[in-house]
Amino acid sequence: MYRPTRRSLLFGTLSAATLADVAMAQEHAQRAASTNAAFRYLKAADAAEIEAIASQILPSDGTPGAREAGCIHFIDRALESFDKDKRGVYTKGLAEMQRKRSELFPESRTIAGLEQAQAIALFTALQETEFFKLVRTHTVMGFLATPDWGGNQGNVGWAHIGLEHKMIHQPPFGYYAGEAK
Amino acid sequence: MIRYKPSEVVDFVVIGSGAAGGVVAKELSTAGFSVVVLEQGAYVKEKDFKHDEFGVAYQHAIANDPKVQPSTYRTNASETAKVEQRYDYGRLVGGGSVHFTANYWRFHPDDFRERSVFGDVPGSSFADWPVTYDELEPYYTKAEWELGISGLAGANPFEGPRSKPYPLPPLPVKSSGVLFERGTKKLGLHPFPSPMAILSQPYQGRGACTHCGFCEMFGCEMRAKSSTLASVIPMAEKTGKCEIRSGCYVRRIQSSDAGRVTGAVYFDSQRREVFQRARAVVLSANGVESAKLLLMSGSKRFPHGLANGSGMVGRNFMWDLGSFASDLFDHPLDEYKGVQVSRLIHDYYAADPKRGFYGGAGIDARFDWQPISFGLDGLPPDAPKWGSEYKRMLGKYFTHTFSALAHATSLPVESNVLDLDPTVKDDWGLPVPRITYQPHPDDMKNLVWIQRRQVEILEAAGATRVWKYPVEDIGVSRHLMGTMRMGNDPARSVVDRFNRAHDVPNLFVVDGSSFVTSARQQPTATIQALAYRAAEAAGVAARRGEL
Repeated sequence: MYRPTRRSLLFGTLSAATLADVAMAQEHAQRAASTNAAFRYLKAADAAEIEAIASQILPSDGTPGAREAGCIHFIDRALESFDKDKRGVYTKGLAEMQRKRSELFPESRTIAGLEQAQAIALFTALQETEFFKLVRTHTVMGFLATPDWGGNQGNVGWAHIGLEHKMIHQPPFGYYAGEAK
Repeated sequence: MIRYKPSEVVDFVVIGSGAAGGVVAKELSTAGFSVVVLEQGAYVKEKDFKHDEFGVAYQHAIANDPKVQPSTYRTNASETAKVEQRYDYGRLVGGGSVHFTANYWRFHPDDFRERSVFGDVPGSSFADWPVTYDELEPYYTKAEWELGISGLAGANPFEGPRSKPYPLPPLPVKSSGVLFERGTKKLGLHPFPSPMAILSQPYQGRGACTHCGFCEMFGCEMRAKSSTLASVIPMAEKTGKCEIRSGCYVRRIQSSDAGRVTGAVYFDSQRREVFQRARAVVLSANGVESAKLLLMSGSKRFPHGLANGSGMVGRNFMWDLGSFASDLFDHPLDEYKGVQVSRLIHDYYAADPKRGFYGGAGIDARFDWQPISFGLDGLPPDAPKWGSEYKRMLGKYFTHTFSALAHATSLPVESNVLDLDPTVKDDWGLPVPRITYQPHPDDMKNLVWIQRRQVEILEAAGATRVWKYPVEDIGVSRHLMGTMRMGNDPARSVVDRFNRAHDVPNLFVVDGSSFVTSARQQPTATIQALAYRAAEAAGVAARRGEL
């Protein structure tokens, strides 16, 4: 049946990890969250460019976005472990994006160095590409997964959507449940 | 827990420890039989479950993992099937009963005789069941009381007669339930509290639900979800007669020249091949895996697969069909708290020839999302996918949205088949399931029709905005029904009315595979009622010396 949770199973961009991969990702994520350790897979220059994309997907516009959540660490862990087979999409996609950037804004040097309006124009031009969609998926996942996976640091993603993460909630749930007898 | 030697001939090997296998193991071991349960997944306990959406939903922590167990799919026999995950099941001790949403609907009396009530549906193999609701009623009651079901007897005016109320009162209503009641009552419909396999109060030494909201897809840390892992499997182990052997992936059911099964061959967790001997086998691996295993267990006597003299193994595969619509309300709903569903209707359950097609559905109000799935797909289709406006909408909608889900009929069609893919192998080198499926045209008409009813309800409830999801996209199925239908005619069915294989007297097949029709989805209560009844029949046959 069409249900979004199942849709993600069917059309999700992520490959399936082995248990060892998952354990490794979580271990590294703990380190990332606690120390903001160096990247395990990404080169610093590429990480800065990818983070610039992530921070337009979920901007830091007054409230924490992808940057504050540390989504780039989720992406780094993904490419190091459970999503190793997506490395090519990043390498190729980023190169293609750099070409497009030079073409649209010949004066610019990096994606991170673009002005806001330029960045939006560049991503709008490429938003249907496999690369942009994958960065978007990873960014959203990093923002909203448990902090164990490297992103959502300080639970800022959950705070943004209004999720209070607890083992125990007490009814009434929400405004309208108060109407119940 | 007792350990049997594989060379020891135990009374029963049960393949699969889920909704059906767990019940069968408990019934047979408490009746004094020696039982080995072979479960391919791990034996994890409540302390191992996590509120980790990414690990559970996207890394298959407790479900089948397509990387090691792929499957293939096509819509008709003229296509070459492609590797594509189209079904999902709980792969751990307790099986799907651990990760299901916990909706626990009894089928209606007419579900068992719907071919007679409605008439023929051309292009389908629509048929009555060989059992009636009245025959099954005591077993529904037994399941509800033994497992622990919360609900309100008599609240559903369309339900069949029941000999006992639910053992536990309904769980607290959610904002979605209040609004759904408002909308459905305005339309003259009959909402009622959702019967759930989740404890609203402490029961049999287990704690009540703490409303954490992690039910669908997740294992319950509180043992409040009435999975077989939390309820009957501990009872089975306590008898000292039942061994739950996890990490055992069965590749063949062995049979003799005399046409009787003699045990099961499996790969253990170190991938060593082991043969466990048994006087009888109960196959409860789910509607896909059970059929696959019979097709892999052919012999000279059964050249087309074990117990497949009829050629019906794998046929009439039915899908988890449904339609989905979401809404936005002014005030916070905080739907992420509490169980997924608190109210539903059965007003459109019965098929009505006046609609011009066969079909029906139950509709529930639910929050079918976790943070990531909502972030990826939860907003209306015209919402931006990134940027400030996307972020703003995400922040607002997550707490202000709920959805209506229709659980709809899926007609049995003989050309919808589960068989073995001719080329693709799994990580153990075994053949993988190939699904050939397309909905019957009436199924699609029904989905379009029922989705209009969902939209009416959400609008009547006062939603400021309502949006629909495409019904043509049938997604991934979790209700694995058909493939080994039960019947009185051995030429047209695989198992008899007690889930015993027509062709093999000491083989029982007990799971969703024996379903003759889909009813309106939510198969777990009926799988478990059939499991209690089949286990009783197996015990009687064993005592008579027939096995």
